Amino acid sequence: MRRRRWSTRDPLVADLEAAVGAGHVQAGDAAVHLYSRDGSAIGGGRAGVVCLPGTAEEVAACIRVARRHGRAFVPRGAGTGLAGGAVPCDDPVVISTTRMTRILDVDIERRLAWVEPGVVNLDLTRHLAGTGLHFAPDPSSQQSCTLGGNVANNSGGPHCLAYGVTSAHVAAVEVALPDGDLVVLGEEEGDPVGYDLRGAFVGGEGTLGIATRIAVRLTADPPEIATLLLDFPTIETAADTVSAVVASGIVPAAMELMDQRVVRAVEPHANAGYSLDAAAVLIVELDGLPAGVAREVEAVTRIAGAHGADSVRVASDEEERERIWKGRKAAFGAIANIKPSYYLHDTVIPRTRLAEVVAEVNAIADRRGLIVMNVFHAGDGNLHPLLVFDEREPGVLEEVFAAGEEIVRLSLSVGGVLSGEHGIGLEKRQFMPLLFQPADLDAQRVLRDAFDQDGVANPHKVLPTGASCGDVQGMTRLPEGTWV
Amino acid sequence: MSGVHPGDIEAFAAAVGTDDPVCVRGGGSHWMLGGEPAAGVREVVAPSGIAAFDPAEMTVTVGAGTTLVDLAAVLVEAGQEVALEGPSGATVGGVLAVGRSSLRRGRVGAARDALLQATCVGADGRLFSAGGPTVKNVTGYDLCRLLVGSLGTLALLASVILRTRPVPEESCWLQGQMEPAAVAAGCHRPATLLWDGARTAVRLEGYREDVEGSAESLVAELGLEPIEGPPALPPHRSRWDGTLPEGGILEVGSGVVHGPEPLPVPVPAPGVAALGRRIRDGFDPTGRLNPGRDPYRLVA
Ligand SMILES: Cc1cc2nc3c(=O)[nH]c(=O)nc-3n(C[C@H](O)[C@H](O)[C@H](O)COP(=O)(O)OP(=O)(O)OC[C@H]3O[C@@H](n4cnc5c(N)ncnc54)[C@H](O)[C@@H]3O)c2cc1C
Repeated sequence: MRRRRWSTRDPLVADLEAAVGAGHVQAGDAAVHLYSRDGSAIGGGRAGVVCLPGTAEEVAACIRVARRHGRAFVPRGAGTGLAGGAVPCDDPVVISTTRMTRILDVDIERRLAWVEPGVVNLDLTRHLAGTGLHFAPDPSSQQSCTLGGNVANNSGGPHCLAYGVTSAHVAAVEVALPDGDLVVLGEEEGDPVGYDLRGAFVGGEGTLGIATRIAVRLTADPPEIATLLLDFPTIETAADTVSAVVASGIVPAAMELMDQRVVRAVEPHANAGYSLDAAAVLIVELDGLPAGVAREVEAVTRIAGAHGADSVRVASDEEERERIWKGRKAAFGAIANIKPSYYLHDTVIPRTRLAEVVAEVNAIADRRGLIVMNVFHAGDGNLHPLLVFDEREPGVLEEVFAAGEEIVRLSLSVGGVLSGEHGIGLEKRQFMPLLFQPADLDAQRVLRDAFDQDGVANPHKVLPTGASCGDVQGMTRLPEGTWV
Repeated sequence: MSGVHPGDIEAFAAAVGTDDPVCVRGGGSHWMLGGEPAAGVREVVAPSGIAAFDPAEMTVTVGAGTTLVDLAAVLVEAGQEVALEGPSGATVGGVLAVGRSSLRRGRVGAARDALLQATCVGADGRLFSAGGPTVKNVTGYDLCRLLVGSLGTLALLASVILRTRPVPEESCWLQGQMEPAAVAAGCHRPATLLWDGARTAVRLEGYREDVEGSAESLVAELGLEPIEGPPALPPHRSRWDGTLPEGGILEVGSGVVHGPEPLPVPVPAPGVAALGRRIRDGFDPTGRLNPGRDPYRLVA
């Protein structure tokens, strides 16, 4: 017997189809399954129905339909988020921006581009090639993550060290608010008029509404770039070099650290030129005008030498530079060769404490019999310890979660924070009270409630709610369409 | 200079109290912006002093009542500065509450990007913190950006952690008869571009050799001439509406125009205004913090 097409009989589906067109609503098992996870280790979510609007007005219409039917909604970009931000709780309407991929306008003179939220980060960069401008935030997931997702998570990337994370590059954003209204927050140029609602929206993890158009600031390409590859005999000497470079007053464009396990996993595939014998490899990129870059190359080389670097190599051409970066950005994919599952953490610590904290992170993993790999944005103290394991080993998951919590507590104990770029989502909301007092959380709730008076936008995310939705599981594969 | 003490912060919260209307007096340098505080409102003063300066971390913890001058004097000893700028007497808290970015924003970034953590007193008299102490942080909502430019209508700043940056080794001003776009194309990341309708003035910052090299090429290729400092800015600062007023000077790319007369303040769209009202009402239901002040009346 053929299965009945129940979707058209479901009034919610019918109303969504009326809003976005019949071909753009998915309610079948496959879709519900596909949209129940993101790039995080969080399982247990369940999409009610998935819709793919094509315009800002359609996004707003989807929100109104969801509300009319008493459903929450969850914005979704490429689903590469690592904190469960796009994992649906309470059978919500998942509103995917994947059809909204137009670059609407690029104003070279004013260094501003208006884009739709589904534009993939790297596609904007490619579109701008040859203009002398680029969009600075470059998450390692830039081949697949969307600008809407970047805005929602206030994402970072290696080059955000000197240039700032997404918030510094978003001038204005058109938002479909949780009440179904469309508003533009922020200004194309300069400081906002009135409250900085744009600044408040960025990093809202989809709980404040849906970004439907984004005005991003474009950054001038640097006239000169030097990419340095440094080898160290220990991870501590590499970390101390990072701290010393920051303390010297140099602000590199990027400063990324990889430990030996990562290097050995990456190098055979990427041929990036990393030394397999080094205990740690550091990538330092310096940019600007030629004389300053030359002086900084000299200074970094001297500082690294004083801290025991085994070698310092400056990329001799663009091809070598690209290979060095390709290796770094492929790191997460390469770990699949070590163990089948991984759990990635994201905390920030003071940059002066890197060496001791990384050593302690490794000790935590050792004590629990786990393998940890470190590949992270060292220049701003943003740790990414990656625990790799085989889920089939009995009891290993408990050890992984316990180690994760220890790493979080360790980071906080030295004056750090819970997340540098992946956000809180579902993954870390229970840790929020470790960093924030009740009054701090109340203030955050005031902001959220002002945007979302009825609690319909991406419920249960960011702030602790007590509700159980989505449990942390081992991550065995990335969702479809995720590039690693 | 003595450091701000946790006890000072608690004393400030106690002074703010829980009931009657209060306003904060900083340096008084921006006193009139966004409306004068309502008559007869009790004044409170935020704590001052530098609690911690960590040059290797490039952050500083400072009482909101500290003057920019006092702060700069401490930072410069380590070759550092913050991206805040204000008239003489201006305090850290006052400048953040007003939220105007530095004339040098092309290099130092927006004022709102300098604030990492804020410890504030809410309308209920409770202390709360927003943001975090590290230079990178996406833990929870970005209340810091909301507080910058809020004119103290959401909470009163007691103490803040600011991002510091290295003071540029060299800087200079140049001016010439040409469009800003031509000047911008001739140099990398100018700190400031000012346009008076006929001439562009530019401020360059960076390493000595680079600034000298860029200046030389702007002089040789575009015919710019060195000037001592920025041209005198007319008294009224407004949001640029796309046309340069008679006698006005535009801060290119910052949306700010300085003119002999103030331009009308733009009116927010109804939905945006309503959202702003909900935020204000949520933070301060009885309107006791800086009554009379309105960030939507703050010009540019
Ligand atoms: C291999 C790998 C490497 C990564 N590297 C980095 C890195 O270097 N730096 C970094 O910061 N992150 C990194 N990430 C995390 C992730 O890629 C970023 O958070 C990214 O910005 C998410 O974009 P997305 O389109 O996939 O969003 P999704 O995962 O689909 O959604 C993320 C959050 O944004 C919300 N959202 C999505 N679109 C909108 C919208 N239009 N309006 C409002 N809310 C919306 C969702 O509800 C959710 O809360 C990495 C992830 C992977 C898998």
